[in-house]
Amino acid sequence: MNLADIQKIAEQEVDFERAYKYRINVCCSSGCVPLGAFKVLKAFEEAVKEFGVEKECKVAKTGCVGTCSVGPAVIIEPGDYLYQNVTPEKVREIVRDHIVLGLPVKSMLYGNPAFFKKQHRLVLRNAGKIDPSRIQDYIAMGGYSAIVKCLATMTPQGIIYEVATSKLRGRGGAGFPTGQKWSLVARAHGKPKYIVANLDEGDPGVFANRTLAEADPHAILEGMLIAAYAIGAEKGYLYIRSEYPLAIQTLQKAIAQAKSLSLLGDNVLETGFKFDVELRFGAGAFVAGEETAILASVEGRRAMPRPRPPYPANSGLWGKPTLIQNVETLANIPIIIQNGGAWFSKIGTPRCTGTKCFSLTGKTNNPGLIEVPMGITLREVVFDIGGGVPEGRKFKAVLVGGPSGGCLPDALLDLPIDYDSLTRVGAIMGSGGIVVLDDHSCMVDTAKFFTEFCVDESCGRCTPCRAGLIRVKEVFDNLTQGNARMEDITTLEKASSYIRDASLCGLGQTAPNPVLTTLRYFRDEYVEHIRDKTCRAGKCFKKEERGATP
Amino acid sequence: MTATTVTLKIDGLEVTVPEGTTILKAAKDNGIIIPTLCNLEGLSPYGGCRLCLVEISGSPKLFPACITPVSSGMEVTTQSERLTEYRKMAVQMLLAERTHICSVCVANDHCELQSLANQLGVDHVLFERNWTRLEIDSSHDFLVIDRNRCILCTRCLRVCDEIEGVHTLDLKLRGKDAQVIMDLDEHWGNSCSCTSCRKCAKVCPVGAIYIEGEPVSHTKHKDIAEFITERRQRKWKQ
Ligand SMILES: Cc1cc2nc3c(=O)[nH]c(=O)nc-3n(C[C@H](O)[C@H](O)[C@H](O)COP(=O)(O)O)c2cc1C
Ligand code: SF4
Ligand code: SF4
Ligand code: SF4
Ligand code: FES
Ligand code: FES
Repeated sequence: MNLADIQKIAEQEVDFERAYKYRINVCCSSGCVPLGAFKVLKAFEEAVKEFGVEKECKVAKTGCVGTCSVGPAVIIEPGDYLYQNVTPEKVREIVRDHIVLGLPVKSMLYGNPAFFKKQHRLVLRNAGKIDPSRIQDYIAMGGYSAIVKCLATMTPQGIIYEVATSKLRGRGGAGFPTGQKWSLVARAHGKPKYIVANLDEGDPGVFANRTLAEADPHAILEGMLIAAYAIGAEKGYLYIRSEYPLAIQTLQKAIAQAKSLSLLGDNVLETGFKFDVELRFGAGAFVAGEETAILASVEGRRAMPRPRPPYPANSGLWGKPTLIQNVETLANIPIIIQNGGAWFSKIGTPRCTGTKCFSLTGKTNNPGLIEVPMGITLREVVFDIGGGVPEGRKFKAVLVGGPSGGCLPDALLDLPIDYDSLTRVGAIMGSGGIVVLDDHSCMVDTAKFFTEFCVDESCGRCTPCRAGLIRVKEVFDNLTQGNARMEDITTLEKASSYIRDASLCGLGQTAPNPVLTTLRYFRDEYVEHIRDKTCRAGKCFKKEERGATP
Repeated sequence: MTATTVTLKIDGLEVTVPEGTTILKAAKDNGIIIPTLCNLEGLSPYGGCRLCLVEISGSPKLFPACITPVSSGMEVTTQSERLTEYRKMAVQMLLAERTHICSVCVANDHCELQSLANQLGVDHVLFERNWTRLEIDSSHDFLVIDRNRCILCTRCLRVCDEIEGVHTLDLKLRGKDAQVIMDLDEHWGNSCSCTSCRKCAKVCPVGAIYIEGEPVSHTKHKDIAEFITERRQRKWKQ
């Protein structure tokens, strides 16, 4: 296999696809599988035979389309007709009407085009379009052409320059400029150098990275290859939590296929460049996603963060220079190389370029996985893409950034989503969770819930996070049981600021965000809990009745 | 000693120290004492207790002095209202975390946590205190661990691993539940790796590890790690 062979595979595959008039893409990702996606897939395979249209229709299993709440989802191309809640019983009708008669079944189509209208799918460019278990599908979509371009025509410095020009920033949460990180590792002394791709995704309710791996694993691998060539690494570890069995299977298969086409190995595409990827499995600790903890875990030690310096760029795995990068960041790399950094830098806002994937959950009409340009407002996400709050309830807050994000009120709905704006109002980008809350939610109870999560996930190394968060949680117990005093608000503020400023790693530093933002934007509710012993959402003070009324 | 030196200001005092020195050491060598708990000369830095946090002008962040290396032109502040407030907060959180009752503790009057509380003027604890009932292990011939007094500074783990070289001690569980264990969570008396060298008891800053029947004032010898490290490097102090 050499550089030209990849081009040949792409051409063959495109010809092969052209032989089909229709392509039926059945989502077989983690959201749709429990809803019966494999039965639907089988029903389509049988139905096209039954109607004698198997020569015209390619039935493929693909990754997530994003509309997971109305799965199983099926897309019929051409025309991108998206069918929702497909069951094996409905399949015959779809094949008969749509394929045989050429009449899409309107009543079964996804009825909410607004969900897609404001999205911009770059990272998820292939999600729902290709079969993730076939490397040829990825290659046909232009996949691996970026690494071919790098190996054939670009220098490592040239690649780093393109990435820097794109102004891409890390999607794992902190938003560090990716080009700058690469040049730090490239310049660092010491050999060998390593890459760690971060797919730990420990935030509850967030599934963007999992979806990416299940839908388009080769985009991650190609990003790793390009990074490796640019910084001079020969070995990469892809760290993924073991709770993601389908993503693991998909990646294992993808790595094996890439090896068989000599895209990974001792002599990548006969150029002499050497790079291999190994999977490493996490055991489910949230803190294991922190960059120094992930290093310890890859080395086989307890996933506990350590103070920096030294920074992983200089002293990472086994003391060697190491590039740690989120998988979504990596999946952006191939398109930056294909289209140029300048092209990428025009998407989003001038300081925050590109797009971001979010898991949109909570009290929203259209939960699912979305990808939006940086700079889109919260209002557009919650009301246009999300379709507002269901059952005529009133919007109350939106939690951005996972368990250590901020709870933002409706007054901030016009805030653009980018790293800097979010930080300014007390939230964070985090790894991409947006949870919509309606007036059924008590903000005190919400802050308590996330504090409890961080108490459980603290590694125990530093005093503020280990010995402080639990005390904050106890103040919340008092608040929600009617035992709090006014001074407790001051205690919460003091302890939270201390934990934020004094903790060793990002977990402790961001854990107080839900507390601090609810105190800032929903202070009235705290006062009501203390002074009047009432909870306007009806959540607190009535343990035994909990769950009895809606 | 390296030839290159760095000049910086600590609390307004201009000091010159070898490159790579930590702020903590630079301050100490110039008579400025920054409070610490987890750090111990001769052991690898841990950065856990957060007592040694200092301010560096130009940054809103706080930096642990025991780890942060000096750099040229740096202006360090080791005392401020915020830092005192935060140090008191750390001590209060540690006191509230487990069962610290000084009057009935073997380390009373010889405890680094207690003396820090005194120095910083911690006269009350802001939080409801947590009275833990963790296991006390006295199965060893003379070493005892009372985990209810442990502040998880890991000095004992590090001295056992880095100086004694056996790594009998480690942590189990995480967060507030973390506990020091012997071997694979054995009783100390059954540990097959412990050499009974007593170093863990010598460096424990509180009354968590002690020697039965021996006054703590006699046991404690926290310079042991630095002493052995220097002797191994064939360095002799005047
Ligand atoms: C508690 C904690 C958990 C984290 N979890 C993740 C994670 O699951 N995935 C991730 O990519 N980054 C995570 N990060 C961020 C990483 O430390 C690191 O910044 C990131 O992987 C760097 O990649 P990027 O520059 O591509 O964002 C976490 C950070 C903290 C403090
Ligand atoms: S902030 Fe929390 S998770 Fe991070 S090092 Fe400290 S105790 Fe561990
Ligand atoms: S007595 Fe020595 S060997 Fe035994 S646990 Fe303590 S430090 Fe380790
Ligand atoms: S037993 Fe003592 S030395 Fe060991 S971690 Fe606890 S307080 Fe620190
Ligand atoms: S998992 Fe099928 S649409 Fe998301
Ligand atoms: S002495 Fe620096 S963090 Fe403990």
